[in-house]
Amino acid sequence: MTERPIKVLIAKPGLDGHDRGAKVLARGLRDEGFEVVYTGLRQTPEMVVTAALQEDVDIVGLSILSGAHMTLVPRICQLLQAGGLSDVLVTAGGIIPDDDVPALKAAGVSAVFGPGTTIAEVADYFRANARPRE
Amino acid sequence: MSPPAGGSADGWAADSRAAELCETALAGDRRSLARLLTAVENRTPIAEAALRRLYPLAGKAHLVGITGPPGAGKSTLVAALVGELRAAGRTVAVVAVDPSSPITGGAILGDRVRMQAYAGDRDVFIRSMAARGHAGGLASTTGAACAVLDAAGFEIVMIETVGTGQSEVEVAAAADTTVVLEAPEMGDEIQAIKAGLLEVADLVVVNKGDRPGAQRTASQLRAMLGGRRGQHGPPVMITTAATGAGVPELLAAIDRRRAEGALDDAAATRLARAEAEVRGALADRIGRLLAEPTLAAARETAVRAVAAHRIDPYSAADELLRTLVGPDGRPGSAR
Repeated sequence: MTERPIKVLIAKPGLDGHDRGAKVLARGLRDEGFEVVYTGLRQTPEMVVTAALQEDVDIVGLSILSGAHMTLVPRICQLLQAGGLSDVLVTAGGIIPDDDVPALKAAGVSAVFGPGTTIAEVADYFRANARPRE
Repeated sequence: MSPPAGGSADGWAADSRAAELCETALAGDRRSLARLLTAVENRTPIAEAALRRLYPLAGKAHLVGITGPPGAGKSTLVAALVGELRAAGRTVAVVAVDPSSPITGGAILGDRVRMQAYAGDRDVFIRSMAARGHAGGLASTTGAACAVLDAAGFEIVMIETVGTGQSEVEVAAAADTTVVLEAPEMGDEIQAIKAGLLEVADLVVVNKGDRPGAQRTASQLRAMLGGRRGQHGPPVMITTAATGAGVPELLAAIDRRRAEGALDDAAATRLARAEAEVRGALADRIGRLLAEPTLAAARETAVRAVAAHRIDPYSAADELLRTLVGPDGRPGSAR
């Protein structure tokens, strides 16, 4: 087996309880052939990064609807880099105003998926941009 | 898994990468440890080179399998055991297996949801694995992943199986101690005497002990699980993993297994595991030999002859094996 599934962490950092979107995405990515680690609600940045490191995921997808993305996302990117995980693709989704996207990208996020994004779009983006396999 | 060490340039590159990852992982770098586990899971050439180095260091950890039906509380119990171990300052790794989709190969690995209080604690390492089509409750590479974590020095390595039915008993060979979880009122005494999962239990746990019927389920299991030929059956315990009730007693029972010799080199499960490992490696190598391009023509001829019923599959297999090892049993020209 040379073709192995891409491994994705879907995480909900911070204090919002809206996890339907994250669960729908996790399920949709499963159907697209991804291995999806789902960690549930109310993750601290440290918990997200610990999970990303131990699971050796290729991609971290952060779902945030609380408005705290400008605090949480850069912190997670920073911790990932400090932990030697700079080759992990970081994406964000949820409710994130367009005006905030440039700053998130500068912090290390490669794509921001807003409402209306299809599962297929996310899956295609992940396949095209995941780090190469060892 | 990989070409033998000292073979091709690729084999050399894999060996030096494996050496580097092993060195850093053994020095305590968790990222290298995670990368080694990925190599093992994906059966890359690095995996075998790494396992050659790590195997001699493994064998000290107590491998504890936690199995039982979906929703019985395996992940919650594992989390409670991790909490108990950490409170005592002991190190622990967890390998949590979840099923892969037979349709797409995708998987939801959700066991971490119940185990997340340990960010930043270096002495806990949790890794999810998709079963990737392997039946039996584990992934085909779960045993090798445990060997890596064992070599990395974790005192206890817990193996959480996929939610099992009655016959996924592979964990019994992979673990030194097999804990079978039941939920209250899941079946009558006939369920308890059916062959399969309960037969391989070293410890039986009725979880969700705060639910009605837990005591009755436990006494039914005690009555029906007497050992073969007058031996004692496995202890039946009650836990409520969500509150921690019964968990210290369970951990004490798990620890007693070490004193009882379950981890000795000659323990039955250790021998069974070693046999499965050697057979697995052997089957892997024969599979790889049979897949050699030089054998393509012979394979094709054999398949067509069998499809046309000119020869039977057994004679065809004998012929292919003769091509591989030569008539006198020495390696033939195939390699």
